[in-house]
Order: sequence, then C-alpha cells, then structure tokens
Amino acid sequence: MAEPILRVEGLKTQFKLRAGTLKAVDGISFTLEPGKVLCIVGESGSGKSVTAQSILRLVEPPGRVVEGRVLYRDKDLLTLSEREIERIRGDRICMVFQDPMTSLNPVFTIGEQIAEGLRAHQGLNRAAARARAIELLKLVGIPNPEARCDDYPHQFSGGMRQRALIAAAIACEPDILIADEPTTALDVTIQAQILKLLADLQRRLNSAMILITHDLGVVANLADQVLVMYAGRMAEYGDVQTVFRDPKHPYTVGLMNSIIRLEEPRDAELRSIPGAPLVPINPPPGCGFRFRCPKAIERCSQEAPEPRVDRQGHAFACHVAELNGAQA
Amino acid sequence: MSEPLLSVRGLTKHFRLEGSGLFEKGPTLKAVDDIDFDVAQGETLGLVGESGCGKSTTARLVLRLIEPTAGSVVFDGTDVLKCSKDELQKLRREMQIVFQDPMSSLNPRMSVGVSIAEPLRFHGLGNQIERFARARDFLEIVGLSTDYFDRLPHEFSGGQNQRVAIARALILRPKLVILDEPVSALDVSIRAQILKLLEELQRDFRLTYVFISHDLSVVKRFCERTAVLYLGKIVEIAESEKLYREPLHPYTQALIDAIPVPDPSNRNIVQRAGLEGDVPSPINPPSGCRFHTRCPKRMERCSTEAPPLQSVAPGHQVACFLYR
Repeated sequence: MAEPILRVEGLKTQFKLRAGTLKAVDGISFTLEPGKVLCIVGESGSGKSVTAQSILRLVEPPGRVVEGRVLYRDKDLLTLSEREIERIRGDRICMVFQDPMTSLNPVFTIGEQIAEGLRAHQGLNRAAARARAIELLKLVGIPNPEARCDDYPHQFSGGMRQRALIAAAIACEPDILIADEPTTALDVTIQAQILKLLADLQRRLNSAMILITHDLGVVANLADQVLVMYAGRMAEYGDVQTVFRDPKHPYTVGLMNSIIRLEEPRDAELRSIPGAPLVPINPPPGCGFRFRCPKAIERCSQEAPEPRVDRQGHAFACHVAELNGAQA
Repeated sequence: MSEPLLSVRGLTKHFRLEGSGLFEKGPTLKAVDDIDFDVAQGETLGLVGESGCGKSTTARLVLRLIEPTAGSVVFDGTDVLKCSKDELQKLRREMQIVFQDPMSSLNPRMSVGVSIAEPLRFHGLGNQIERFARARDFLEIVGLSTDYFDRLPHEFSGGQNQRVAIARALILRPKLVILDEPVSALDVSIRAQILKLLEELQRDFRLTYVFISHDLSVVKRFCERTAVLYLGKIVEIAESEKLYREPLHPYTQALIDAIPVPDPSNRNIVQRAGLEGDVPSPINPPSGCRFHTRCPKRMERCSTEAPPLQSVAPGHQVACFLYR
C-alpha cells in the first residue's frame, strides 16, 4: 500500500446553534492514497460536505473543528497558520462545488478567474496565465477556448460553468481534488460528460480525489474507496467492490436497496428506509441509525458502535454486524 | 382505450423575450412546441427530459396556470383553454399539482393542518370545523399523525412536508394530479416511501397522474407510459417497459445510457462514450430535428426537416427519420 497523501484522524466539527450543538462531523477517520478516488456517500445532514470543508478549513462560524487531525505531507492542516493554509488551498488541494454559478464571480471573465490561481500560486504573469487558462479550458472540453476565455459566467451553460470550475481547480495540478456533489445540479447527459471528464483528468494528473455524492451510481463509476456516513459518523468504509458486494452496515444495505434500478421490472417492490435522516443536534447516545434500523438491538441505544476493521481493511460501525461477524 | 381523461393537442407555448432596443422585437423561446398526448382515466403518464425540454411548462399549460400560444387541452370533456373564469375555478378542483420542493410550496407561517385545509376555504367548501376535521383525515391518509396538525413546515423533514403537500392536493378529491418532480428533492432512502404512498392513493382515490421527472429510472418504475421530451418536442412515447427495453429515438437511448449504473464492475459512464455537446437553448433551437446537433445517427435531412411523431407499433410513437 502506498503512503497516504491525506490522513484524517478523529475529525469532529460542531455548530453551536440556538437549538443545541449540531455534531455535523463526529469522529471521522480515513486515509487517501495518491492517485485514488475516495467517495463520501450520505444523505442530507450526514456531514459529508462539512467533512470536506473541515479538511480545507472552510467551515464558518458558528461551526468549528473541535477535534482531530488532517495530515497532509506530515503537516496537520488544522494547526497551520492562515497564510500557510492559503498556500495549500487552491494550489495543492482544490475544491469543486455543486453549484458553479455561486462559486464563480459574475463580474470577472472565466479566463480571469482561472488565471487568478495561476498568478497567485505559480507566479505567472498576466499573459502566461491567460495562455495557460486557454489551454485548461481546452483540456476540459470548452469549444473555441480562445474566445470563450473572455466570456462572463452568465454566458456559459451550467455544464460549461462546471467545466470552467474544474479547469480552475486543476490549474495548479493539485495533489488532491475535492469535488462536492459536482454533478447534482446538472442534467443527466451533462452529468455523464462531467463524470467522464473528472475521471479522465484525475487519471491523467494522477491526483487523488475526494468525491462527495448521494448517488451510488456515481460512486460505482468513480470510487476506489467508499466512506458511508450517517448523522456525522462513519457507518462503513472500504474498497468499492467490497462495500457494494458485501455491505455490512444496515444503513448501507438500506441505501443499496433504495436505489430504483432501471432494469428492475415495474412491479418490483419499492424499498425504502423507514423514517427520515437524523439531524444530529444534541444527538441521543447510541447509534444514530437505530431509529430507522430494522436490526437494532438494545445495546444500540446504549452505546455508539466503534468502527471495527477486518483484515481486508473493510470497516463498519455496527453492533449487530459485529455480532454476526463473530458468529461466522 | 376508452375516452381519455386528458387530451392535449398541438399544445404550444412561445415566450417572447425582451429585445435589445426599445422597438426591437426580442427572440422567441419555444418552450413547448406542438405536442400531443392523451392520458387515460386511472393511468400514470410520465414526462421525462432534461432542463429546457418543456416538461414543467406543459404541466402549467394543462392547468392553465399560464396561457398557451396555441393548442387545446380537453379535460373530462371540457376544453380547459376555452372555458370562462368561473368554469376554470370549478375545473381546478379536479386538477391539482404537487411541486418538487415542499418547503417552498408550503406557507412557512401556516400550520400544516391549516395549509391542508386551505384549498377547501379557497373554494368556499364547509365551515372551519368541517374543513379542519377533513384536514385531519387527510393527515392520516398520507401517513402522518393527526397530532401534527398544528406543526409548522420547518419542524418536519422533507419527506413529511411532501406528504403534507400531497394531502393538500388531494383534499378537494381531484381526478387528475400533476406531480412535478415530487421526489427529486428527497433523500434516496425516503423516495420510495413517497412513491409507494402515491401508488396507494392512486388506487384508493382512483387518481390519474401526470408524473414529471428528469430521472428515467423513477419514471420507468412509476409510470405505465412515458413521453420523452427534448427542447419542447415529444421525441418518443411508449409503454415504459417497452421504452426501456427497445428505445428507438437516439435521444431516449442516450438518456438511458447516461444513468450511472450502481455496480462498480460496470463503470458504464466513465468507460463508454456518451452524448456530446450541450443541450441547445430553446431560444432559436436547432433547425430540422432539434436533436440533430448531438445525434450520433444524424443523416443529411435531419438538419433541414423536422421528423413528425409517428406510430411504429401500437402505442409506440417516435419522431425520427430512422424509422420511416
């Protein structure tokens, strides 16, 4: 196994709200190997986006990272000075957000926004940065990049904006690309193009990627590793083949069953998970999923399950799965 | 097929956009362009397509929430587009709509019970006691406790709010309900809860649905028949099972292929060539067949001539020159 490029240990991020403490991320650990894709999957409120924001220290008050370490090249990103983290952010670790319209500045041209990072991080002059921006636009599949470079974001379609944002994110050939639901706002055929582009660039640049999504189809297409989150905690973590073939956590099983598959006959039973996702504000003790879990036992309401890792590196946090594993 | 409950013919909506000069005419946005379809009593018809295809405009036209440029909408024997204001008001009791995002379609300051009863008040039905009693009934019908009557939408999850929106749509006992992306804003694990509820309600209340979605897997699972729209035109319409098994229009095929398969040993999206290019703007859409700019099978005539929607098998129509 290669030396990981990113190691997240016991990350906890909380928001102090009037209603109580939102434990958005509550003890998440994972490693990311160079050139690999980790998908973080979960529903609304699972903490998947806050995890990504915490890594780059983008969490805003009332939110705060309260515990944990984020190790990148032997440095803990959480203890760096503002200046030091700024040098990494946008250069070595870059982010692509869900909605390209809100992450692009409407008063600057697309080219200027891509060039900005190149000038700040790589010290390119105006002309060189512009030339590189055009190259990047071409690389992400924008037709006629010389002319489109001077367009403003509103002149781009949703799919093209997402391409431009990806161009800006890969401009400095980062070690790690973090993409937060990068295709959720896009049409199906455009989503397919962007996913293909991300996979292609990631391979070509040999960057590691953290892809955040709620769509297991997207996970299956891109992931090497999968981290399933529920109510701020890790439910399951492992290699994509293993997690899809042999999901251990009842939540992962429930999610897989909830997929409406195109090839299923029309009269196949529609399956869902009862109840609604838990918002972890002052969460009660025990496992956050137990209210919706078909397999919950008494112990689940008393203590939160700690993640267990098997020999293949497949981890899950579930009392019941653990008991079953012991019997087998 | 017996007399359809809803019959749409030549439905067209063009929006005239603002011109750049004071007296200059702006360009025309062809949101819906000459579409025909029927929906039988008790049936569910799916309308599927990407943004700009006109699916939501079609819903609003059918309910006459916006006025069409041309065409006819006949609902239960009455021409919706020709009837008077009073007639329309009455007709609207029988045709309801459920929107994608319940948080924005419910009044945040109104308790969910009052929200559900609101259509009764609007149409002057019953006194308040009767209306609230009815609303309580409908809370239960959609699977919520009557204790929730006084709660506000923000106290509910997305799925629960969608149940409230459904109850509000059904309290007038409509014949037709248009479902505009009713599960798209919901988490994957609860989508099926809402779809199941809608299926039960359809049986119990003998409802007819028009189900609008961008998600072909959901449409195929939920609707008996599906119409695929592209830039304001129906390109194919067939039984859902058939549409999936034997898609004829290259766009339908592309839509099916673009769905990421949840199986890591079949990386269908990243390994296969997909559809290229952007969805063109419905302002000045491509000439001829509107799909020709992206079509992998385009022929010469496709850029000049628009293929009509034609029957290729019973109940299966397609608008493509490959099948003539």
